[in-house]
Amino acid sequence: MSGFLESELSGWGLYPRTSARTYRPERMSRVGAILGSPAEPHWLARGLGRSYGDAALNQGGAVLLTQRLDCFLDFNLDSGELVAEPGVSFDRIIELVLPRGWFLPVTPGTKFVTLGGAIACDVHGKNHHQDGSLGNHVQWLDLLLADGSEVRCSSHQNGDLFWATIGGMGLTGIILRACLNLKKVESAYIRVDYLRTRNLDETLRHLEEEDDQYTYSVAWVDCVAGGQKLGRGVLMRGNPCPLIGLPKNVANAPLLVKNRALASIPFHLPSGLLNRHSCRLMNAVYYRRFKQGHSSALEHYDPYFYPLDMLENWNRGYGKRGFLQHQCVLPDNDPTEGLRKILEAISQSHFGSTLVVLKRFGGGNRFLSFPRPGYTLALDFPMSGPAMLDFLDSLDRIVMEAGGRIYLAKDARLKPEYCPPMYPQLADWLEIKQRVDPDNRFTSDLARRLGLLGAKP
Amino acid sequence: MKRILILGATSAVARAVAGAFAGQGDQLFLGARNPAELDRIQADLRVRFGVPVDTGFLEAGDVESHPAFIQQALTSLGGLDVVVFAIGLLGEQPEASHHPAQALDLIRINFGSAVSLLAPLANFLESRQKGAIVGISSVAGDRARQSKYVYDAAKGGLSLYLQGLRNRLEPSGVRVYTVKPGFVDTSMTYGLPGLFLVAQPDQVARWIVKMVEKNSGVYYMPWFWKWIMLIIKLIPEFIFKKMKM
Repeated sequence: MSGFLESELSGWGLYPRTSARTYRPERMSRVGAILGSPAEPHWLARGLGRSYGDAALNQGGAVLLTQRLDCFLDFNLDSGELVAEPGVSFDRIIELVLPRGWFLPVTPGTKFVTLGGAIACDVHGKNHHQDGSLGNHVQWLDLLLADGSEVRCSSHQNGDLFWATIGGMGLTGIILRACLNLKKVESAYIRVDYLRTRNLDETLRHLEEEDDQYTYSVAWVDCVAGGQKLGRGVLMRGNPCPLIGLPKNVANAPLLVKNRALASIPFHLPSGLLNRHSCRLMNAVYYRRFKQGHSSALEHYDPYFYPLDMLENWNRGYGKRGFLQHQCVLPDNDPTEGLRKILEAISQSHFGSTLVVLKRFGGGNRFLSFPRPGYTLALDFPMSGPAMLDFLDSLDRIVMEAGGRIYLAKDARLKPEYCPPMYPQLADWLEIKQRVDPDNRFTSDLARRLGLLGAKP
Repeated sequence: MKRILILGATSAVARAVAGAFAGQGDQLFLGARNPAELDRIQADLRVRFGVPVDTGFLEAGDVESHPAFIQQALTSLGGLDVVVFAIGLLGEQPEASHHPAQALDLIRINFGSAVSLLAPLANFLESRQKGAIVGISSVAGDRARQSKYVYDAAKGGLSLYLQGLRNRLEPSGVRVYTVKPGFVDTSMTYGLPGLFLVAQPDQVARWIVKMVEKNSGVYYMPWFWKWIMLIIKLIPEFIFKKMKM
């Protein structure tokens, strides 16, 4: 009944592209049978394909699309526990729960991710320093293993497998359903304080000293400015706005859902349009939008959390060659040195980063989960060729020296030898992986490129 | 709040139709043969829309069991306003061509079950002088191709049956709708070659919910399939019989 489609797939960065046979079951009871098919030895689940690089690709193998496995199974209005299938997307979760006074406990910068994918990447948000990553709010999950059995995992039950799946990049099995603990909110609005800073020291000092006053905290950094101005930026920190803090014009609909995009890029723009010149201009204009020092505004959650969702298919702005995101975390002991080196390298190079986001992390999770205490810096670069890859490799070395790591969900090009030092628990994770999936039925382009699965292919 | 009965409720189109009715606050009874699938769809509808949703085991091919199922559904709903017949199985034509038993199964599931289920429901609605019967047929029932003619014949039979039912029930005020979707993006069509102008299940569902407020009749979805099928039906048989479709 359910056939497959030979599909060319890519991540959100549009680089690389590889092909796989995609299957898209609509019945949960079919999933086991499809995965058990002897014709397909290698599988990977894929949600909305919002990881940037090759995490959701499986060249020459089979990809199980979870889009149609998207039932909500339970929602407890009092406790805020939500049980849903892996293909449920965050925008649909918001649509369901926000009008009833609940919100996602953690959200990445786009709402077009699936629950399954978000768990597999252990996504973080602007509240990581306070609330941790998504995995810290997953009460339990049901995992379909390579041998066809189904196990419930939580921090109390099959804890090792649970944490190996949180941030496990889909390599431990297929998440069939999960229970998420939502966050109670009184309104859909965030009271945001903006602070424009003059240099890196000022940026870091404010993040360090004042992050405990804000649930959400993130900084945009001007990556073009160098010298004295290196690391200048705008801190955007906020707290959920309580009902009594709402102005009259929004108080009549405090839990308003606004999920619609304003515009869409209908086709690939020419590669090279986003270059260092346009980049310089955008950075300068953006910096000047904010006045020096403090300002404050009430923002709806949608533009605050998901500014880029306003422009559908914004990745096409980079053209067919796509783009690369470099997201690293530098550990807390002395992040300044590493951050300064990276920002200096960018401002001195002829590669402009179109987006630079800096944020302080709180504690991390086990195994392959990305966040750990320190500063995370996310950079977008147009994929302009081998020189760009070399440049990013030089950034990786700075990250390595500082004892940091690269976010696998964003990665398309990290060298495999960097992986074990960046993820010191990789060997422990691999032990669990081999226990539940000795034949590597679950694999991905990312896993093969980085040698995550050990000696076996 | 209308009382909606959905027959064959676990297909993507049926699930979307159930969601579209539930979205207007209607009460639902879902019939299908896979209890686990019924459970997840029921849970989803309850969580999203907070409407009453009940389910019952329905085996399309097992005609003997149908009266009990219908009794269960009518009791649970406390009556009936709209029944949606969404049972459909594309099957494997090569097997069906050479194994009459399999071909008959396809006819029984796609067409026979409609006769068996809709006849008593039509009588029920006729006696109350109101209500609607929605039969999801297919453009495939307009002209049979060598590649799928058993399915096509079943859908063609279904379309004719609905036409007759509409004619009979018109004086009673019961509206009968024949829905003829073109290609819909579901597991039935996923990966099939030669698809074009593919509609999403949610779109089809919205059209169906709007349709039941309109006059009874035949509704192609999307509408332009009416003209595509008109052209296909106009091809003279002496040419059509030589075409590879």
